[in-house]
Amino acid sequence: MTRTSGAAIDDARAQGRAALVVYLPVGYPDVATSIEAARTAVAAGADVVELGLPYSDPGMDGPVVAAAAQAALDGGVRTADVLHAVEQVAATGAATLVMTYYNPVLRYGVETFARDLAAAGGAGLITPDLIPDEAGEWVAAADAHGLDKVFLVAPSSTPERLELTAAASRGFVYAASTMGVTGERATVGERAAELVARTRAAGAERVCVGIGVSTAEHATEVAGYADGVIVGSAAVRALGSAPGPDGLAALGELVGRLRAGVERAGAA
Amino acid sequence: MTGLRAAQGPYFGDFGGRFVPEALIAALDDLSIAWDKAREDPTFGLELSGLLRDYTGRPSPITEAPRFARSAGGVRVLLKREDLNHTGSHKINNVLGQALLTRRIGKTRVIAETGAGQHGVATATAAALMGLECTIYMGEEDTRRQALNVARMRLLGAEVVPVTAGSRTLKDAINEAFRDWVTNVETTSYVFGTVAGPHPFPTLVRDLQKIIGEEARQQVLDRYGTLPTAVVACVGGGSNAIGIFHAFLDDPDVALVGCEAAGDGIDTDRHAATISKGTPGVLHGAKSYLLQDEDGQTIESHSISAGLDYPGVGPEHSWLASIGRASYRGISDAEAMEAFALLSRTEGIIPAIESSHALAGALALGRELVEGGARPEDVTLLVSLSGRGDKDVETAIEWFGLTEGGGPGLRGADEEADR
Repeated sequence: MTRTSGAAIDDARAQGRAALVVYLPVGYPDVATSIEAARTAVAAGADVVELGLPYSDPGMDGPVVAAAAQAALDGGVRTADVLHAVEQVAATGAATLVMTYYNPVLRYGVETFARDLAAAGGAGLITPDLIPDEAGEWVAAADAHGLDKVFLVAPSSTPERLELTAAASRGFVYAASTMGVTGERATVGERAAELVARTRAAGAERVCVGIGVSTAEHATEVAGYADGVIVGSAAVRALGSAPGPDGLAALGELVGRLRAGVERAGAA
Repeated sequence: MTGLRAAQGPYFGDFGGRFVPEALIAALDDLSIAWDKAREDPTFGLELSGLLRDYTGRPSPITEAPRFARSAGGVRVLLKREDLNHTGSHKINNVLGQALLTRRIGKTRVIAETGAGQHGVATATAAALMGLECTIYMGEEDTRRQALNVARMRLLGAEVVPVTAGSRTLKDAINEAFRDWVTNVETTSYVFGTVAGPHPFPTLVRDLQKIIGEEARQQVLDRYGTLPTAVVACVGGGSNAIGIFHAFLDDPDVALVGCEAAGDGIDTDRHAATISKGTPGVLHGAKSYLLQDEDGQTIESHSISAGLDYPGVGPEHSWLASIGRASYRGISDAEAMEAFALLSRTEGIIPAIESSHALAGALALGRELVEGGARPEDVTLLVSLSGRGDKDVETAIEWFGLTEGGGPGLRGADEEADR
């Protein structure tokens, strides 16, 4: 039975804490290691895994994620590898989403992608460059296959757009903490808490915060007001900090610290 | 097939839309509203037309090219002289409008992408004129190919950022400009250079470039009493082509021919012929034709012309191609450079290599029409001479080997002209 992101977040909530969501691109540094990295993250405390489908023109990604995606593409990663990785990671029991720009899905065939993702045990998609207004085909396919539809909101989103996005999403709404691309920052945007509150007021059941969340302290802070804490660039950097087992160990340690950070907020 | 000129986006048939992060939607909505108001506002219209007249030097003339036309089956060839605009290309038409709009909505900084550097130079120029801060993103590969334009932009007070990601060309410069925009959208306008990108850019840029065709249509009618047989323009993203096509969209007897860069050849894997060889998909915020592999990864384009070296194309072109209103053909590097040399030698006009693709298309089209039985005197080809070739002299030196009294390419062009 596929575990949805909503179930994972609700279980964390039942434990009195926010969920920890970790992003890792498939194929970085190679397909096998990226699958191993996702398993490592789950073992170290990630509730939800976002597997990135590398794309040649990642307009919303900062240097760390963009370079990892390019390295994965240079290594020959294919869309089929991502679906294979989903199958492997979902088998751990963690909710497993794919994060992807829209064109690879469009090219694969939106309905076919949804079918194959569901068959692989994937929970759904996070679509950083697809707004609900343009997502008719994806929404229909996701509904047909019972997949999560995770759309993004940003500090610039109007109340009307927050309502539209909350209504279109299933699983959770991804709140971009700040105006900008993915990447580590010294502090999480101060507008994030306000955005979470506005998104909830617009009807969202669950709101997770990403972009710029990179340390245990950030995780504690964000877990204090959001349903989930999303970490991407910091995880990718830890994995890439050393080859082989050392990189995996660094990732495991980081995820462990982030999980402790999330739990600290729950205990407070 | 009438009423095509009324198309306003966000969709042109199946093409267009807004495939961008939510963070940009508010800015795109604001821009749409601001443009809808500005284009109805007589004060804005007067300010823009005043600048186009007194600063750019519009209207640009049309020039008949009879010596060049001998190689086009002897038909009449007319050049719409966007190369004579201030800054040397059609790009200034668009940036003056967008810079005025920037000032109107109270932003203080502009950013832009550039391939050949023409749009970057034009944007830097408009920013200098209007006192706006300016940052230009340019692929590192292009900064090398177009070093002169980099220097021009810096002289004009712009910051030029070489982009080292991906293929280090125009598509990567666009990615980087979007990253800047999403971060700085409160103070910054993205002055998009072509009729691609998310709505409203394809419509906004088209509206600002359609003056090319509006002038040309009237000029041809006034001088020759008839509409042209065909309008020919080069297509990278497609702004000069939409600009000159638009006034003729509802003249069904006027053929519209877009010339895409076929690089090493249309049947090789090194080209930028997006409509001729691409498939529909999403790139840089719009659904349109693009060069992509079977996984939807963008394929790097190749062209001797930096301004056409782009794996995407504006959605309105994809629509015009899909409904058969415009046709698109590939012009190789070699064909373009031959036309470049020929126009220089026969008419005393050194064209941009981008525009040389349109010239080569006109040479081929003229011959085909005459071979097909048309009388040369009945055929008029209107060609968008979108820019001048000063920036391309370095490339011409390499291509023709112009160090010791001219290379084989130039002798070939001479013989052509004297035939």
